[in-house]
Parts: sequence; C-alpha cells; structure tokens
Amino acid sequence: MNEKTTPLIKFDSVVKRFPGVVANDEVSFEVEEGTIHSLLGENGAGKTTLMKILYGLYRQNSGSIYLRGEKTEIDSPTKAIELGIGMVHQHFKLVSNHTVIENIALGLSDVSVTRPTQQIERKLIELAGKYGLEVDPRAKIWQLSAGEKQRVEILRALYRGAEILILDEPTSVLTPGETERLFGVLEEMVTGGKNVIFITHKLDEVMKISDRVTVLREGRVIDTLDTASTNKQELSKKMVGREVLFDLERNPCDRGENVLEVEGITGYNDKGVVAVDDLSFSVCEGEILGVAGVAGNGQRELAEVLTGLREATSGRVLINGKDLTNASPREIAEERVAHVPEDRIKQGIVGKLTLSDNAILKNYRKKPFSRGMFINYRKVKEWTKDLIEEFNVKVPGADTPANLLSGGNIQKLILGREVSSDPRLIIASHPTYGLDVGAAEQIRNLLLKQRDNGVAVLLISENLTEVTSLSDRIAVIFEGNLMGLVERNETTRDEIGMMMAGTRFEQLER
Amino acid sequence: MQEYLPFEITERPNPSGFVIITVSLLALLSAFLVASFVFWAYGTNPITAYTALFDGAFGGVYELSETIRRAIPLLLAGVGLVIAFKAQFWNIGAEGQLLLGTIAATWVALFSPVPEPLMVPAMFFFGFLAGSLWALVPAVLKSKLGINDVITTLMMNYIAINLVLFLVQGPWKGEHQWGFPYSDNFPAAAQLGTLGTTNVHWLTLVIGLVAAGLIYVLINRTTPGYEIRVLGSNPSAGRFAGMSYVKTSIMVMFISGGMAGMAGVGEIAGIHHMLRNPSELSLGYGYTAIIVAWLARKNPLAVILTAFFFGAIFAGGDALKVSLGLPFQITDVFNGLILFFLIGSEILMNYKFEWRRSP
Repeated sequence: MNEKTTPLIKFDSVVKRFPGVVANDEVSFEVEEGTIHSLLGENGAGKTTLMKILYGLYRQNSGSIYLRGEKTEIDSPTKAIELGIGMVHQHFKLVSNHTVIENIALGLSDVSVTRPTQQIERKLIELAGKYGLEVDPRAKIWQLSAGEKQRVEILRALYRGAEILILDEPTSVLTPGETERLFGVLEEMVTGGKNVIFITHKLDEVMKISDRVTVLREGRVIDTLDTASTNKQELSKKMVGREVLFDLERNPCDRGENVLEVEGITGYNDKGVVAVDDLSFSVCEGEILGVAGVAGNGQRELAEVLTGLREATSGRVLINGKDLTNASPREIAEERVAHVPEDRIKQGIVGKLTLSDNAILKNYRKKPFSRGMFINYRKVKEWTKDLIEEFNVKVPGADTPANLLSGGNIQKLILGREVSSDPRLIIASHPTYGLDVGAAEQIRNLLLKQRDNGVAVLLISENLTEVTSLSDRIAVIFEGNLMGLVERNETTRDEIGMMMAGTRFEQLER
Repeated sequence: MQEYLPFEITERPNPSGFVIITVSLLALLSAFLVASFVFWAYGTNPITAYTALFDGAFGGVYELSETIRRAIPLLLAGVGLVIAFKAQFWNIGAEGQLLLGTIAATWVALFSPVPEPLMVPAMFFFGFLAGSLWALVPAVLKSKLGINDVITTLMMNYIAINLVLFLVQGPWKGEHQWGFPYSDNFPAAAQLGTLGTTNVHWLTLVIGLVAAGLIYVLINRTTPGYEIRVLGSNPSAGRFAGMSYVKTSIMVMFISGGMAGMAGVGEIAGIHHMLRNPSELSLGYGYTAIIVAWLARKNPLAVILTAFFFGAIFAGGDALKVSLGLPFQITDVFNGLILFFLIGSEILMNYKFEWRRSP
C-alpha cells in the first residue's frame, strides 16, 4: 500500500526560462500512479515546455523531478525512454516514405540483424491487439490518416517500454470518431497498468477522459483537482482567469445582396484528383455561411480556388457581381476579399520579419503605408501599434519578429490585419484551430461583429460546434460535393453529422 | 556511457547583432588558424606570413591603394549578390555577369558609334545591361520552369569565359597586339581616371558606394524591397498576399547581374584597357563576391567592409607571393577556408548551445 502514497511523478518548483519569458514558473504538482492526468491550459501556458522537460528535451533552470519518490535527472530523451517515459508530439515525428515497422525500428538498438522486421512485426501486432491500436505494419506512413499516424507514435512509445505516456494535444488532428477511439485506447492502457499524461486545452476532453487535472496559466500551476469534483465552468475560469461565455450572443441575421456567388465550380487537389465537385452556393451581406465537413473533403481546395491560389477547371466565381474565376490573388484581394488562411504560419505570416512588416502584408502598396515606391515605416508602426492594442495581441512591440508569437496571437494579428482592410467578404479557414478558449472566443466574436457590420463571411471549419454556433446557414460537404445547405435553426447536429458522413439532405429521414 | 551530447541545443529564431558579429569573427579567426597550418606545411612561419600579408595590404599608401583597387569589383558584385541572396536566389554567376560587362565595355570603346564624351557613361550603361541580360536567363529558367538556380548561374559562367576567349582570339583580336589574344587598346576617352599614380579607378568606387546605399534603401524602405524580403523568407505567404515570384526573381537578378556587369566595366576601363584572357580580367572576383555577400550577412552596407577585407586578402596574397615565394593560389586557400567556416558557423548563429549541468 506504500505505493499509493508515493506519487508516480512529482514536480518540485520546476523553473524554465526562455529569452524574455518564464515558460514554467515554480511548477509543483504530483501525478498519481495508474491515472490519466490532464494538463490543461491556454496556448503558451507552459504545458508543452513542462512535458519536454520531463521527456529530456529541455533542461529546467531550477527545481527537481521525482520519479516514484526518487530524484531523477532526465537529461536526454534516451534517458527518459530508459526510465519508461514516452511522448507523442503534437506534430508527428515520423518518416513518411518509410513503413510503420521501419519507423518503429528507427533508433532501436536491440534488433536482430538478420530478420529485424519479422521480430518487430510480431511484437507490434501483439501490442496493437492488446490496446486496440490497429494499424497495418507494412503500410507507408504517407498512406496513413492522422489518426493512424498517431497510433504508430503511441505504438512506438509502447514498443520501447513506455510506462508513462505523454500525449501533446493528441485530439487536434483527429475526427470525432477517431477521438472516441483514442480515448478507448487510453482507458485500456490505464487498465493495463500504464499511466497517461494528457496535454490539452479542450475542457470537454478533460472532463471526459481524465482522473485528475492540473491547470496551468502563464507558466504557473493554478490548481490540481480531481475531475470528479469539478466542472467545466470552474476549470475554464481557472484556465482563462475569467468567465467564458459558451453561447455567443448573436443578433438576428440581416441579409443583404449576394457578395459571393459560386456556380458549379470544380477543382483538383495536388494529387490530381477532383477535390471540389460542381459546387454552387452564395454568401450575402451580413451573413455567415459555415462550411462543415470532415477534414480532407475539399475544404482547403475550395478556399484556395476562391482566393486565386488554385485553378478552377470549370464553373464561375462571382464576387460583388464581378466574374473573378481564376483571377490572381491580388485581383481578388482588390475586390475587398479578406482571407484567413488555413495554415497561419506558412501562409499568414513571415516569421523572420517584424510585426510591422507582417501587419502590412496585404496593404503595403496602399496609402498611407506607402507612397509611390517608398514605405512609410512611421505610419506602418503607428498602425501596427493600434492593431496590437485593438486586437489584444500580446507582444513586446511592433519590432518583435512574428515567429516569437504564440499561435493565438499570430491569429489575432492576421485577423486584425485582414479585417482592417474594410472587407466585403471574409474567407476564414479554420480560424480557431489550435487556439485556446480565450483566443478562440475573441476570434469568433470578431467574425460575428464583422457580420453585423454587413460583411459576408464564409467560415470553413472542422469544429462542428463552431460552425453551428456562428453560422446563419450551413453547407455540408463530403468528398467535394454539397450534401446540403440548411438554415441553422432548421437542422440539428445529428443531421449535420449524417451529411458529413455522406448522406444527402434529401435522403435524410426528417 | 554517455549516449547524448553534453550540451543542449535550442533554436535561436532571431539572432542579435552581437551574436552575428561574434560568430562571424570567430569563423574568420578559425580560418586564419587553419591557414597557418598551410603556411607551416610550406615551411613558412605563420607569424611571418601574416605579418607579410598585413604589410602587403596596409603597409603603405601603395599597399592600401592595391587593397582598395581589389575591393572595388568585390563591392559592386557583392552588393548585387546581396539583393539576390535576400530573395533566396542563389546567384553563383557573378563571374560570368562581370565578364559580360567587360565585353559590353569593349564594344562601346572599340566598335560602337558612341561619341567620345559619352563613352564612360555608355560603358557603364551597356555593361550593366549586358550583365543583367546574362543573369535573366537563369532567372526566367528558375521562376518559370523551376530549374535550379545554382546550376544555371554557375554554368553560365563557363559560357561567358569561352565567349570572351572566342572574341579575343577571333573577331575582336587586336590589330596592334603582336598576335597576342588581346583586343586593341581602349581609346583614352574610354579609360577611367585613377587617383594619382595608384590603380584606384575612383568613379567605379563611387558607383559602388552609392549602389550600396541605394540597395540598402531599396531592400528596407520600398515596396519592391518588401516583396523581396517576404518572398525570400516565406514564398507561400508572399503568394498568398498576391506577390509575383516571377516578377521579383527577374528584378533581383536584373540588379544583381547589372552590378556584376558594372564591376567588369570598372576592371577593364580602369585597369586593363583591353579585352583579354578572362583569368587576367577577373581574379575570381565574381566567386569571392559570394563570400563577401555572405560575410556581410546579406546587409548591403556591411558589404563595404567585407569587400575591403577581401580586397586586403587579395592584395596581401599578392605580397606573400612576391616576398615569401608562396604560390599565388594561397589567396584561393584563404577564401575557401573563410567561406567554409562562415557557412559552418551558421549553425552557431541560428542555434544556441548550452552546456548541460553535470549530473
């Protein structure tokens, strides 16, 4: 019974500093044996940093970690693995041209020289069966879905004898079904004597899966509690530091003229397969049209066709009544179309340049930011400062390079920049993806405000709650086809779910 | 057994000026250190060698003027390369673009109907244009067809070298050169003035200094420069913002090639006064300019310093050859070592190494 009293892991005043920030500030809490322990906090709260310390990727500046009561120096991932700690990173670390087995073999030292794959395959199938982690061992990584890749990562950790598994935001890449499945696996693992540390910023998941939860805010531990004795409201308050409204206040939709009209457009994806198949819809002034669908059903291609980044092979795109089919991104932007891109780091900002430079990415050729050929950096800086203030971007100053910002702050900057150009149409792809509750709420309210001001908004999102709470009408797409276009208050979540799975609206039993 | 590194590596997304300068100096120091082994292997005391090198570069008015003379083509070509590198266009072809400048200058001086008073400006104008057009070939090939810029720019050098050889041995071979593969001498109106008895053709130097300033402003204060910085750092964000990669590539290569072309004009109109063997016209200035731009960390104003530095190595290398009888390739050894350590040191700039506390 002694084991019960000695915690599995004990963090004792762990401090980690990065230039200009304290990522972990005197972090102390305990993880008990045989539990799923959630680490909850907004982006930039220090969750991942703390776990990277536990996994030996970072070294704390001060403080100690005790493993089963023993003070432990974890100075490398190798050491962490020896100690039975495994980590599944948010961005998978797999070699995509290699098979599952080869990825598992990578870095293993005790593999037989003669027939290594057979040995691994046998053990792999055994492990997979035990925890419900089915995946084809001979498949190449690139052929796998995000959920399957994650299973490979988990299997790799288990193969190396992980007793403590750290999962960093594991559900951010999963469909609802895959998430359910992952939770099943995790419960199975705990029953089988393993321990799970689960990093997340989603309250529902904490409530659903974990036994205990530690809330981090700005690098400090706010509280550690039993999930059974708390609720979402309390947790969100601790996480954000204030009350969060789950139901957005919204005014009735006041529809005006059509701003965007899409007539039968078709487009191909990068692999040359039809991704957008004869889609037609329109978005009018003062309306949010939500596009719902499971990831990879043509959402990205649709946004790219509409913003001039991808060719439409047939059909027409009318913006403000003007035919802009296959116009250049600049011509489309000139029609006051703002675009919040899907991949904010790759498409939305230039990391090495300052915030000022990033703030004018779309309007650097317009007055007053430039006259003729010359950029007026005094004006640019003033404007950037206004933007930072108005959109609550947390950053030391306008000269800070954009790659030092957290995801939420980058998104606020992008949205601020796009909205400030006085748009008629906003195309927003996954605007709150990966953001914490506080930032997501701000972004959603911003979009609603734009709609109230008469802007047409096309919202593309995989977050069904977001789509249903924001949109006035909802278009559901499946394999590039429109399954149905419905008014928000004339449908249910279940119906949308059915359409997302490929049932046409007409075929629904209503 | 320790299976891991004794230090921790973390990314340094935006190295400070102090870090950049320290790391660059460290790289130079390392290069000099390794070069001393080369001297030592030749039976020369490294200290004697470095003293001779220093004296050869800065020992007197003549030595200093030789340093500046070598720095001029490096400055012009180097400033041009900065703008290409800033846009992530790897122009390895400054040598060829420089030679095209010498060809254009020769044409203006010997074969064109340009009146004498306009000859000097015409040489620089056509020299710029020739270098630009030469550089546009790889620019179009890369931006339209995705063909590797390093290979095309490099290969264009050999075409340029052989074009010069063809001209001096064939159609442009001089009538008054006793059968040597030289063109005829430039008329006096096509020869650049020099400072006193030195070889410093000051007009080219002034052009280089002004260009460094202008290109600095272009990159940092104008909309085309903004596009260069955005596309050079994150092309997909640039595309997303409606910028044209093709247009920007063509612009940077136009300027980059043009600057190298003007460097060629300076060499031929200021020093040689005739078209001759390419290896005599340029001592690999176009290649050394790559190191010049790199050491300047793509800052056009810093090129003024780094060009001077490499000018000193050229001038000092000359002195080593004369006073210590070392082979003339010693300059190339230096340049090679410096580039090697500069590129190798990039990792120290972009990543931070911290010793782990002892366990």
